[in-house]
Amino acid sequence: MALAKLKVETTDARLSGVVVPDGAAWSNAVRADALSRVRQMGLPTKRDEYWKYTDPASLTTAEPSSAALFVNDEGPLFEAVDRVRIVFVDGVFDADASDDLTAEGVEIERLAVAMQTDIHWAKDLYGVLETRGQTPVERPLAALNTALATDGVVIRVTGKAAKPINFIYLHKDENSDAMLHNVVKVEAGAEVTILETGPAAARFSKMLEVEVADGATFHHVRAQGRDHERRAVTHCFARIGANATFKSFTLTFNGVLTRNECILEIVGDDSVAHVAGACVGDGKDFHHDDTVFVTHDSLNCESRQVFKKVLRNGATGVFQGKILVKAGAQKTDGYQISQSLLLDEDSQFLAKPELEIYADDVACSHGSTSGAIDETALFYLRSRGVPHDEARNLLTLSFLAESLEEIDDAGLAEELRDRLEAWLARHS
Amino acid sequence: MLEIKGLKVKLEEEDKQILKGVDLKIEPGTVHAIMGPNGSGKSTLSYVLSGKDGYVVTDGEATLEGADLLDMDPEDRAAAGLFLAFQYPVEIPGVGNMTFLRTAVNAQRKSRGEVELTAGEFLKEVREKAKSLQIDAEMLKRPVNVGFSGGEKKRNEILQMAMLAPKMCILDETDSGLDVDAMKLVAEGVNALRSEGRSFLVITHYQRLLDHIKPDVVHIMADGRIIKSGGPELALEVENNGYADILAEVA
Repeated sequence: MALAKLKVETTDARLSGVVVPDGAAWSNAVRADALSRVRQMGLPTKRDEYWKYTDPASLTTAEPSSAALFVNDEGPLFEAVDRVRIVFVDGVFDADASDDLTAEGVEIERLAVAMQTDIHWAKDLYGVLETRGQTPVERPLAALNTALATDGVVIRVTGKAAKPINFIYLHKDENSDAMLHNVVKVEAGAEVTILETGPAAARFSKMLEVEVADGATFHHVRAQGRDHERRAVTHCFARIGANATFKSFTLTFNGVLTRNECILEIVGDDSVAHVAGACVGDGKDFHHDDTVFVTHDSLNCESRQVFKKVLRNGATGVFQGKILVKAGAQKTDGYQISQSLLLDEDSQFLAKPELEIYADDVACSHGSTSGAIDETALFYLRSRGVPHDEARNLLTLSFLAESLEEIDDAGLAEELRDRLEAWLARHS
Repeated sequence: MLEIKGLKVKLEEEDKQILKGVDLKIEPGTVHAIMGPNGSGKSTLSYVLSGKDGYVVTDGEATLEGADLLDMDPEDRAAAGLFLAFQYPVEIPGVGNMTFLRTAVNAQRKSRGEVELTAGEFLKEVREKAKSLQIDAEMLKRPVNVGFSGGEKKRNEILQMAMLAPKMCILDETDSGLDVDAMKLVAEGVNALRSEGRSFLVITHYQRLLDHIKPDVVHIMADGRIIKSGGPELALEVENNGYADILAEVA
């Protein structure tokens, strides 16, 4: 079927004059393939079903909208954590600001270096997991990232990583348009924690492709910065082997447009995959979209999706979450909950929870709620002397608590909780 | 301590008068009890005094040590020394009991211009007070009232009362849902708090709570008014004869 006119125009405008980074033969091939897939699919428009609740226009224009630099009065996150810092400024790796890219149990390389190497393990993952994740739902912005991503790192985890690896995304240019692509391969039995912090750019497209091999463990904790005017689309594609653990949590503050897609494919038996998120938004121009797709294609696996949103002053939250249980994926335990706390009548939460199940011995459940603050609880707290705003913030934090509990590391969870508390106090 | 004059209250949502002119004066250090049949306005009185939404005061006044209560936000009434032990204590998932107590204690201290308690000071005090109410560390750690039995919830109310050290305590049917032993424990907790500077208003259906918390004055409330006041013997009269005689007497 021919693409709609708007789609063709949008795609042509976006691709006009783009430069595809040059590298080794395999990388040129994967990028060329991705580019042709973009042309074939066409970039998304608001008429697409998958973009019904989030207008992708500002993500597909040739030039990004500028985003005022945000003066942050808070120090960087995770300062007390012993970690390998990998710093990108407006999407460009900053070697001086970064630590030595070495830690026991991991091999870290810049993407550009890997892509210029004729024989490299990343060949089996770069763009490969993304391509697998294009069915049954097309994700043209992900293919665009594969084709054009200019920077990033590839990480191979061979044992228990000695310390977490922290991608730090700094935003210093009001008109930056950054496209990063990171690849992580967690070898059998290996274990790593990836941290991601910062707003990155005026417009940011970021992909993370993760292979979690048999018996491996992957932890991911991300905090998207407080910059308000930034726009971001992020993708995480993960393939999860047997007896493996994948856990990802994202905290989002502010942002005129954030679309976080997480596409998980569980291919080995007895594995666990959790993806969770909390976001807090204030104002009519806040828009946050969590889109999740979990595919069960093996026996006896557990998946959880836990998403909580606090919305006020006309903010919009979106959740599209799906659990697909393929034929034969027996004993699947799938759980999905998406909830919003609407602090006023102007804010809205749009949710599309979906289950599609082709196996007959599974336990899957999903739920979605929108609610206001519990007035009875609010009065109870106030009657004990807790001032109105403080009481509301305490109840708001308690609403978000279930998602924060998805973070295994108590120290990281505590730090994010403190940031949330500060945000709520600031926005009282 | 607490003085209520000609208090008239209607519901916000519908044109229904609940309190039709309540007069009550509670002296410092005394215990007053209010008894009355269902729907007489006892609980409404406690809610209006503590500042719950949903009620409109159409006439009258209520003062705590001379300060106009009705003009204050609920948190300010609490800081001024008013405390309501709820008939149905509210469950708050996700907020730890300790966090809740400490937030409340320090919010009140702050509002009164006092120094906030440090974590250590607070912990020491709460442990001491919890012990006498047979509240263990596990209960203190759990989310506020979540999964608590009826008796545990009421003991938790009294613990809050002990920690906040209010001047004027209102107990709204604190005996409801309690077995005899639990009621005794709660009553002991309340009695331990009795002092010269602290007054109590005990709302109850039954005489039996008043066997444990001995009142100085008993009021009978019916149809939004206090229709009779007297000594502890009035509660016994209700226990033996019900409300019918008293209602007939004043009609």
